[in-house]
Amino acid sequence: MRANVPSYDLRVPENLPEALALLAREPGTWQPFAGGTDLMVLLEAGKLAQKRFFSLAKLAELRGIEVTADAVTLGALTTYTAVRNDPALQAEFPLLCSAARETGGIATQNRGTLGGNIANASPAADSPPALLAYDAELELISQRGARWTPYHGFHTGYKKMQIAPDELLGRIRLPRRARPWRQYYRKVGTRKAQAISKVCFAGAARMEAGTIGDIRIALGSIAPIVLRAVKTEDALRGKRITPAAISAAQECLAGKIAPIDDIRSTARYRLRVAQNLLEEFLLQLAR
Amino acid sequence: MKEKFLGHSVVRKEGREKVTGRARYVDDLAFPDASPEMIHGATVRSSVARGRILGIRYGDGIPWHEFTIVTAADIPGKNEITLIEHDQPCLAAGMIHHPEEPVVLLAHPDRYLLEQARQAVHIDVEPLPAIFTIEDSLSGREIIWGKDNVFKSYRVNKGDVDSAWARADVIVEGEYRTGAQEQLYIENQGMVALASPADGVTLWGSMQCPYYVHKALMLLFGLPAEKIRVIQAETGGGFGGKEEYPSMIAAHAALLAWKSGKRVKIVYDRAEDMAATTKRHPSRTRHRTGVTRDGKLVAMDIDFVIDGGAYATLSAVVLSRGTIHAAGPYSCPNVRIRAQTVATNAPPHGAFRGFGAPQSIFALERHLDQVARAVHLTPEEFRRRNFIRKGQTTATGQVIHEDVDLNALLDRALRESDYHAKLERFARENPGAAVKRGMGLACFCHGAGFTGSGEVTLASVVEMEATREGCVRILAASTEIGQGTNTIFSQIAADALGIGCDRIEIAQPDTGAVPNSGPTVASRTAMIVGKLVEEAALALKRTLLESGLLNDACTEEEFARACQSYIETRGPLRSRSQYEPPPGLHWDDATYSGDAYGAYAWAVYVAEVAVDTVTFEARVTDFVAVQEVGKAINPALAAGQIEGGVAQAIGMALYENVVWREGRMANGQMTNYIMPTAADVPPIRVFFEEQPYPFGPHGAKGIGELPMDGPAPAILNAIENATDICLREIPATPENIMEAMTEKVGAHG
Amino acid sequence: MADTVAKIKIACTVNGERRSVQAYPMARLLDVLREEMHLTGTKEGCGEGECGACAVLLDGAIVNSCLVPAIDAGGAEIRTIEGIAGGEQLHAVQAAFLECGGAQCGICTPGMVIAALALLDRYPHPGDAEIREGLAGNLCRCTGYQKIFASVVRACEARPAQPEKKR
Repeated sequence: MRANVPSYDLRVPENLPEALALLAREPGTWQPFAGGTDLMVLLEAGKLAQKRFFSLAKLAELRGIEVTADAVTLGALTTYTAVRNDPALQAEFPLLCSAARETGGIATQNRGTLGGNIANASPAADSPPALLAYDAELELISQRGARWTPYHGFHTGYKKMQIAPDELLGRIRLPRRARPWRQYYRKVGTRKAQAISKVCFAGAARMEAGTIGDIRIALGSIAPIVLRAVKTEDALRGKRITPAAISAAQECLAGKIAPIDDIRSTARYRLRVAQNLLEEFLLQLAR
Repeated sequence: MKEKFLGHSVVRKEGREKVTGRARYVDDLAFPDASPEMIHGATVRSSVARGRILGIRYGDGIPWHEFTIVTAADIPGKNEITLIEHDQPCLAAGMIHHPEEPVVLLAHPDRYLLEQARQAVHIDVEPLPAIFTIEDSLSGREIIWGKDNVFKSYRVNKGDVDSAWARADVIVEGEYRTGAQEQLYIENQGMVALASPADGVTLWGSMQCPYYVHKALMLLFGLPAEKIRVIQAETGGGFGGKEEYPSMIAAHAALLAWKSGKRVKIVYDRAEDMAATTKRHPSRTRHRTGVTRDGKLVAMDIDFVIDGGAYATLSAVVLSRGTIHAAGPYSCPNVRIRAQTVATNAPPHGAFRGFGAPQSIFALERHLDQVARAVHLTPEEFRRRNFIRKGQTTATGQVIHEDVDLNALLDRALRESDYHAKLERFARENPGAAVKRGMGLACFCHGAGFTGSGEVTLASVVEMEATREGCVRILAASTEIGQGTNTIFSQIAADALGIGCDRIEIAQPDTGAVPNSGPTVASRTAMIVGKLVEEAALALKRTLLESGLLNDACTEEEFARACQSYIETRGPLRSRSQYEPPPGLHWDDATYSGDAYGAYAWAVYVAEVAVDTVTFEARVTDFVAVQEVGKAINPALAAGQIEGGVAQAIGMALYENVVWREGRMANGQMTNYIMPTAADVPPIRVFFEEQPYPFGPHGAKGIGELPMDGPAPAILNAIENATDICLREIPATPENIMEAMTEKVGAHG
Repeated sequence: MADTVAKIKIACTVNGERRSVQAYPMARLLDVLREEMHLTGTKEGCGEGECGACAVLLDGAIVNSCLVPAIDAGGAEIRTIEGIAGGEQLHAVQAAFLECGGAQCGICTPGMVIAALALLDRYPHPGDAEIREGLAGNLCRCTGYQKIFASVVRACEARPAQPEKKR
């Protein structure tokens, strides 16, 4: 334990208005604390610069999964375990369930939350690619009110987000699609479980008689933020899946992602595997 | 003697404590009623790999007067951690030789404040050029140790290699490398110390060898043997990582205790343990092998170098074992092995299960698959044509006296793994498959006990004492670290005495109470010390028989009454046994030839792998381990050793990569240093053959390290079978596999 | 020196017993258990939520106590390894570990037993894949997991059939 634990404050607001008032009163001073599975690791390593936290534990508005006609909306405090076990998500948003299953181990899944995963903004996070593939929207709440914003574009740079200092992530909305899309998720980590991803790929497509009607491709661990490969999607939309189309898409992808060498892997590996996963996804669509 | 317990899977002696959480490891120890209070200790280390200490600065904002601060100047005796050479200081004073070199020790009751203080101490170092690779060390461009950076070299010469090349039809060369590996016991290293000039030094801690710590602290404090007392607490894994390093952490805790007058506990966190403690020696092996057209070995020329890190520590002995195992279980008339261990500016590398043999055996078994290919033989057939047999000699000229039948082991391994059918099936299914599958094998042996005359030098002792109730206590320094010491000793003694296993007590390894039965290393505990346990038990029984208080065929109650009677009328009922070497063993240190080990366990391992061409990940999907072990004293514990060792070696082969930056481990967290989880291990199927070794207890040979030797080459052989890529380095990470596959495709257009 | 926050009162139920301790809000539950409550059965192996040696049951769910701040333990029902056996009567899982050789050095065993319990709670008769997944968050360096798998299977055999309860 390398942190000076007595210098860390963690308060527990009794309700949402109290939490939002705290954020409004002292913006930038208090950071939300959800499951703690990221923050406590930083604390242990002596790398948690922020000293003042407020727990979201009592904020009932941030829990629960609501199913309506056009969307499934999850509270920011939805744990990975809750995601895995939810029938609506299993049926229509299986990539999110796959991502939850691949996150840490069961113990992490019981504590870690989707909101925490988004707000922690690691480019190696497992759920964000699935959220991007599902055109997720985020609700940001403050004393000033609530606003919805697309998750695509929410991250503007490494650990930089479009969230005001007095705002709190409230809910995540997944628009339901009229007809089922074909879906693919693959995380390539350092081992089969309890692994940080080297490359993470989420893909979804609406096929129309062998042609790609619409498509979403999202990747993690290949850029400072989780990325939607928009140019690659554009290159594939309306096309049939041929070897030429696959190669072109792979080349387009290579031009748009920026993988790095780090202690886990190499840029060359990440690039190559990202391209391979793209091919695997497209070949699956073609079947 | 009836074998009531031997050969049976008797339940682990201390198992109940372990499954209920009652077992007390060093960080669990409480000393509630004894004063003085217990405070925490921490270590301030250099961050520069090599240089001269210019000064130590104590930062602002810390109440330094509350702290106990220890530097080299506070050491009462010699500033040295005794092992073989005298080069490693306990605390660095002038020069820094590696980036985790301990310089200052701090102690304080508040562990949060202690950590802030640790971060506030700055060691100012004038940097000097540092060396980080074997090549740089050998080049001599910077001398960082001794005259030439070489801690030790050995040369093995059998026959005449230079003139033998002419008789070879085919010559194959290859270079192979292994990286560092972290032992990664789940319990971090820790020690609790109490020390004063009046009372001497007492240590409790996580360790494999209490007497090593004892010896080191005698020198550090300049105190006689009876003033140092070292007690092993329940230890959460060692694998060699707690063979020599505990002396260092014990020294640190003891120095703080000495200066503060308090009880001091130092327990490393995972980051410090990974960074500062020992790892497996990285290696580079070069093979040049001459064979006849029909695959008979004619000449083997082996160059074996291991990286010892900054200080000599145990590198000479690791080198020794690696050297002796380098030519494998084969008969070859001409063998030359040139071996060296060299210095680099990394934290010293140290003991890790296998101790040099996994490194040299990896190279050999990888290389022999290449040699087999060169003479158009299968890996299996090539081995068969060269397996050593009874009456033949090893590379050091040791005559094999036992009826070793490696062919039979190979037959069994191939059968149990369904080797041929799978080879054929994979060959059919691989073309066009995204996941390619393959089979690979490795054949090897592992010598048990200390090399050469090492056991004679150790002169291990075991004592035994009966109680009035008819229980018998075993007094030995051999430690339980998970491998089953307590249980097998109980079984051996129980059968020798003719009483129940539950009537045997194992004394806690405490240098104040038990004799030195030698270190718990070198696969010697069952074979060497177990034999002493048996002899001591038989001697104790003999004493009772000769006293007339007992008949040979007695019940447990009769035994108990006899003990009581003896003790009440004649005094303590004790026995003692000391190591005697088996007859006819001769080892020559000067020529590095002769009988290296009393016994070898023999093995053939088969790995089945799947290589995913989308992600370049290799996985082991099935593993068969066949070994001849003399006698499995406790089959479940023996199988547990093999299973655990295979898993650890799978880690070594595929997952465990130490990332070095300027001599420091950059990925020193469990998140980034990857060992296999329950989701990663294959079924590991273990089979024992038993050909009793006459000088082991009931024929037992040592097996603790054996399973570390075979998996890595078997796995890389399997990867080659699956994909045609020839990897010569471990770990075989997906990144390396990708590069090799890309190169291969590129080469073929 | 940085400001120090006040310790707070943490009232919870541990192994069926009401406990109340003073702790810093961000202190690790692991340290509260080991140091304030002297329940040393739960171990620290890594301090980063990777090894599972610190696993306990928090309101019935397995968590890594090194990643739980003390304040989150307030009002919770916690079960540690000390609360698994019924007095001297071992739980079926513990007995299975003993019979099958699931513990070697024993340091991972408390967390592993907790993980096995949590697994069997979710899947009373887990298959190979479920066992591996359920235990993947608990690292063992000694056993290669083989006899731990066997222990879980043995524990299932020893228990009466129960309906599946996914949680």
